[in-house]
Amino acid sequence: MPFLLFALLFLILPVLYLVNGAFQTPDGRYSLETMLSLSAPEIASSYLLSIQLSLASAAMGTVFGLVLGYTLLLGGLPGWVRRAFMTFSGVASNFAGVPLAFAFIATLGRLGLVTLVLRDIFGINIYAAGFTLFSFWGLALTYLYFQLPLMVLMITPALEGLRPEWREAAESLGASRKQYLTRVALPLLAPSVLGCFLLLFANAFGTLATIYALTSANFPVVPIVLFQQIRGNVLYNPNLGYALAVGMILIMGLTNTLYFILRRRAERWQK
Amino acid sequence: MTRRPPILSILIALIGAAFFLVPLIATFNFSLRMKRGELSFAAYRSVFESDTFLSVLSFSAVASLMAIVLGILIVVPTAYWVRLRLPRMRPVIEFLSLMPLIIPPVVLVFGYVRIYGTSSILPLTMTQMGTNILLVIGYVVLSIPYMYRAIDNGMASIDIATLTEAAESLGASRLRTIAVVIFPNVQSAIVSGAFLTFSISMGEFVITSLLNRPAFGPYLVQMGQDFAYQPSALAIMAFVFTWVCMVLMELFATRKPGQRLLPWFVRRTVQKGKL
Amino acid sequence: MSFLTLTNINKSFGANTVVRDLDLTVNTGEFVSVLGPSGCGKTTVLRMIAGFETPSSGSIRVDGTDVTALPASRRKIGMVFQAYALFPNMSVRENVAFGLKIVGMSRAQIDARVSEMLDLISLGHLADRYPYQMSGGQQQRVALARALAPRPNLLLLDEPLSALDAQIRTSLRDDIRRIQQELGITTIFVTHDQEEALSISDRVVVMHKGRADQIGSPAQIYNHPSTGFVANFVGKLNTFDAMASGTDSVAVAGQNIAGLRSTAMPPGTPITVALRPEALSLARRPGDDLSLPGRVLTSSFLGSVIRAQIEIAGQSVSVDMFNRSDAVLPVVGEQTEVWFARHDVLILREVSP
Repeated sequence: MPFLLFALLFLILPVLYLVNGAFQTPDGRYSLETMLSLSAPEIASSYLLSIQLSLASAAMGTVFGLVLGYTLLLGGLPGWVRRAFMTFSGVASNFAGVPLAFAFIATLGRLGLVTLVLRDIFGINIYAAGFTLFSFWGLALTYLYFQLPLMVLMITPALEGLRPEWREAAESLGASRKQYLTRVALPLLAPSVLGCFLLLFANAFGTLATIYALTSANFPVVPIVLFQQIRGNVLYNPNLGYALAVGMILIMGLTNTLYFILRRRAERWQK
Repeated sequence: MTRRPPILSILIALIGAAFFLVPLIATFNFSLRMKRGELSFAAYRSVFESDTFLSVLSFSAVASLMAIVLGILIVVPTAYWVRLRLPRMRPVIEFLSLMPLIIPPVVLVFGYVRIYGTSSILPLTMTQMGTNILLVIGYVVLSIPYMYRAIDNGMASIDIATLTEAAESLGASRLRTIAVVIFPNVQSAIVSGAFLTFSISMGEFVITSLLNRPAFGPYLVQMGQDFAYQPSALAIMAFVFTWVCMVLMELFATRKPGQRLLPWFVRRTVQKGKL
Repeated sequence: MSFLTLTNINKSFGANTVVRDLDLTVNTGEFVSVLGPSGCGKTTVLRMIAGFETPSSGSIRVDGTDVTALPASRRKIGMVFQAYALFPNMSVRENVAFGLKIVGMSRAQIDARVSEMLDLISLGHLADRYPYQMSGGQQQRVALARALAPRPNLLLLDEPLSALDAQIRTSLRDDIRRIQQELGITTIFVTHDQEEALSISDRVVVMHKGRADQIGSPAQIYNHPSTGFVANFVGKLNTFDAMASGTDSVAVAGQNIAGLRSTAMPPGTPITVALRPEALSLARRPGDDLSLPGRVLTSSFLGSVIRAQIEIAGQSVSVDMFNRSDAVLPVVGEQTEVWFARHDVLILREVSP
């Protein structure tokens, strides 16, 4: 079957090649040495930075996306508002990469519109206060531009699955709105929300182009380090590059596996 | 349901709208400021007048179209066979189709340059043509999760097995069945997947850049380093381009065979007729 | 003694009025069904009693207190929904305990009440199951236990049997009635199924286009329907176009039938008379004092009942007769006499459409 051959050649073999290389030393000996060298300070700090940035942007995306999604679907807003947000979310969640970086430079860069408006009209100089777009939180905020709409889109089915009868049943049993939210709605949404969080994490973890264009590759998250390694072998050890890649696959694989387990659980309830 | 004026809801929606719109407004505003003291489309004009822009755009467009064609050729028969003959293979195929979401593009292309590099059995990166082929393949891999899901959904909405049996009982060959019965019925799903593929590959940066192709993604980064106003103009154009692709994707994903291209016109008249 | 009183209730959604001028009093411990086709406003009535909808005008009193403006969560009602609406993230035990936790009962009290409730519905052995692990009938029993656990003032049942299989429907129906009588709880039951309503209720409210057409005991509703709609909706009915020929007589199929309940119409007015299929027979029974000639169109054997279609004066009429071992199946095409008793003739106020 052509698909299997294609997948073998361009998905499985490349991965196996990297995995194989990650468990060898540069002189071709099989060893855990290379994988263990991921704990070297500069590599480990790259992973830490990547994980922190992904966690921060995924957490913000999850919380704000849940609030926005809940408001749009169950907040009593007119239908056209919901439809407008949904269409926009479909576009914004795909608006990533280099153009997104440009947009945020024009917005929150040193000469960005919002920076200037805040400085000239409100007298708040965010750059003097220590903010820069090219910092951790600047990047997290930029990521939020595609994480938030992605969360809105992904959590919508779960929110739609909250049947109005459940709220009415809770009310008829004397529960207040808050009691319904904390005891019924949130526990019901929890697996979906956690699952979405994991996907947002994975999404941020693999992001390269946005950060590359924003910081000119000067922000050492794992994808950037790996990119530089492929470009110019900055690590002086090709096998360390393989280990870096395998580390990424492991983290992505773990998050996605957890996501599928959680989704199973959520689907069980949605019958 | 109580109809309390949802002040909190309105507030949240306004904040959300501001977060979404302010960067776009800022970018658009910035893109108009190329000429000092006036608002003009000079940045856009400058982008369009550049030969590089046109050449990278056409390179990316051709590569993306090739990726779409190759993707369709690989995914449609697979999805068809899995639904019809090999339902047991389904979990395997679905897992494979989702793998590109788990393996970051930078890892994937790392594997490519090592396996298909200069000293390998199949040295694709030795020639321009070979590298271009590898680029298209990379785009196909990136789009497979979306393409497969779009086409599989399209096939789920029609009863593939019965349609095939019906066509065969009327004397059609297998190839004819696919070409005349199956393909037209999942055409909308295919087109829908194609637009998503198009929007992904047009601006793709990681694979393109690491394969050193003269395409749109690396060009954008270069523009960002060399110019001030043109990048904003390009960002606005990219946003509009993404919007168009998404709208067309959505339109085709929900379109039924035989339905008109602009379903809302039809729907509205029907509703009016009912009332 | 009236426990629940609805006074002059109206409810509109925009320009659409779904409940009109409804008055209803329900006594303590009474089981009242609200019966009607979909869209008649019956569910809206129940939702207003529950507090999920506010009447456009009129008042609702429970046990002497006006609750019209009270939110659902403070009305002390127990509600059972058509689609069970069990909380899917909670086990059976937790579902039943939900309302008890809300009112802040102690753990020991909750445990005792939960097992008492589960015994009541005979599902004690499934206490740790989750809703998705149970059949529809079991889920609906749990929903009933959950609604009853906090000892509500009122039990509201919104088509609780509609989603279930025929067999489970009957057994759960009997359970509901048994439990309701054991606890003596005032109950409102909404259904579109006339057999359900007749079999379970102390009184039935038949609703039609937002109005209560008739309120009465099941026997009154069935035997003395006050409108053509009630007569048609509750049970099968053969209707005949007729003409009032006196204050207590009508002309039907070329015969003059006298000694009826008053038609209250001047002679010459077209009216509708009706006969239930089981009021008719092809053999004269004790008490039958009238007959019409006809011809057998079809006859079918349904086990306990023999059903025949008879053509009388150009009109097809259903006749249901109890099966007995000596019963003979009517022969298609045969001429026959259709017998009935004068007091079974129903006079319907309006002309049927």
